[in-house]
Amino acid sequence: MTENDWVCRPCGLEKLPEPQGGPAIRLVDLVKALDGKKVLDGIDLDIPRQRITAVIGLSGAGKSVMLKHMIGLERPDAGRVLVDGVDLTRLSRPELYRIRRRFGMLFQGGALFDSLDVFENVAFPLREKTALGEAEIRERVHMRLAQVGLEGAGEKFPDELSGGMVRRAALARAMVMDPEILLLDEPTTGLDPIIRNSILSLICHMYHQHCFTMVMISHDIPDIFCWSHHVVVLHDGKVVLSAPAEEVFRSSDPFVRQLIHGDIAGPVHLM
Amino acid sequence: MLALAEAIGTRVLRKIRAMGGMTIFLWASLSSAVAPPVPLRHVVKQVHFIGVKSLFVIVLTASFTGMVLGLQGYYTLRKFAAEGLLGSAVALSLIRELGPVLSALMVTGRAGSALTAEIGIMRIGEQIDALETMGIDPIRHLVSPRMLGALVSVPLLASIFDVIGILGGYLVGVKLLGLNQGVYFGQMEASVMLKDVSDGLLKSIAFGLIISWVCTFKGYHTARGAEGVSQSTTSAVVLSSVLVLIGDYLLTSVLL
Ligand SMILES: Nc1ncnc2c1ncn2[C@@H]1O[C@H](COP(=O)(O)OP(=O)(O)OP(=O)(O)O)[C@@H](O)[C@H]1O
Ligand SMILES: [Mg+2]
Repeated sequence: MTENDWVCRPCGLEKLPEPQGGPAIRLVDLVKALDGKKVLDGIDLDIPRQRITAVIGLSGAGKSVMLKHMIGLERPDAGRVLVDGVDLTRLSRPELYRIRRRFGMLFQGGALFDSLDVFENVAFPLREKTALGEAEIRERVHMRLAQVGLEGAGEKFPDELSGGMVRRAALARAMVMDPEILLLDEPTTGLDPIIRNSILSLICHMYHQHCFTMVMISHDIPDIFCWSHHVVVLHDGKVVLSAPAEEVFRSSDPFVRQLIHGDIAGPVHLM
Repeated sequence: MLALAEAIGTRVLRKIRAMGGMTIFLWASLSSAVAPPVPLRHVVKQVHFIGVKSLFVIVLTASFTGMVLGLQGYYTLRKFAAEGLLGSAVALSLIRELGPVLSALMVTGRAGSALTAEIGIMRIGEQIDALETMGIDPIRHLVSPRMLGALVSVPLLASIFDVIGILGGYLVGVKLLGLNQGVYFGQMEASVMLKDVSDGLLKSIAFGLIISWVCTFKGYHTARGAEGVSQSTTSAVVLSSVLVLIGDYLLTSVLL
């Protein structure tokens, strides 16, 4: 299977649009130590443009830290982060803020502002970063909230929400600016199966509308293979495999096999 | 020996680095506070939080401070048969010294700790990172309005402290101990100069800056975990109280 034969796996048959240009994000020999422990250990990775890329790996593998590097929240100890060829590690703050407008990000913990209710949380980027009128803002926010199934919850504050609702509200906030690049840290963890599938199909639907580049960290193995085009396997701060979803699924690498099947026996021993 | 020198050197270097970090932080927040457009809505909210909500505590402490000044002052001055000077004594100690210092300490305890905890929780909950990812400067959005709010509220609170304290002194000196009302206020008017008032005001502006600077800095640099928040809150309150008292001495010696 070559790059051009990619079909949209989530929706089955439809042929994917031809991406313009090279990879959207490139990580080059990225090294990062936190508290004296090497969390990222020489990551080389290309994130394909206008595709859904899933990042999988064990807990503590460095997935969240890697995602934060892609938007310049963490500065690497060594290596480069290229977004459309621009090295984020060399940008000044104003330049970095400008380039971040093309991103939307969902944090693993949601990171909703707890002084604002759900509606205002989702409206926040629109109010701060656009000149839209109140009516337009209301319309957009209500649409996003409806998409994630939170129509009635606009007036609730984050501490009144369940974990799954926090995540959905945060997803609505990440998407409200129609970003080109969407970074999602475990959008479906902690959701019941029905909501999880509706969130994944929403993501897929959005993908077909806007054709954005997406990086999604997930523990939904093996389901995630049906919802992504490209899969990256991370282990101990290193990229084990980065390939189209089919290929990763059929990989004979013992670690990848163990991860996909959740085997207790294998290269990784926890107990 | 060498190890000792190294240990001391490392500590000194770390302190110097921390001081440099605080200075850069102050510079960044002040410069974004004055860069247009000034976020007036956020500043008003902070004046409400730091100022209005501290009013009760300030009125309470001010009235008791004034009353105790009245008692002590009367007792001391009577030894020199100078009870008539009670009004001046109460007013000058409040306006020049106790008003600015005590109101600053009360604001540190009531509002400063809350500022640190609020920003600290935003830090560990990745809310500050979320602001960053939206291309919003967290210093400008979170820190500058709090600094401006403190710069406006603390001098106002100190002035209220002064007035209430003087009334407390009046209550004890005139109503309780029977001093003549005209003498109490007449002596006060004769001895309090404009410079006393402006010095006091200057002090409280400086204290407002110290409190908001230390408390927002500590919150902004909170370490991970709930323990991080309690640690940074404690150290913010201790450091800003100590700096207020040190700053008070330095300012007094310069202004006198
Ligand atoms: N701010 C930090 N300070 C110190 N260590 C950190 C920090 N953030 C992450 N780490 C460490 O880095 C490693 C990788 O963390 P990361 O959050 O990227 O894991 P993850 O792959 O996202 O795991 P999970 O699937 O559980 O979310 C962990 O060992 C963690 O303890
Ligand atoms: Mg994670």
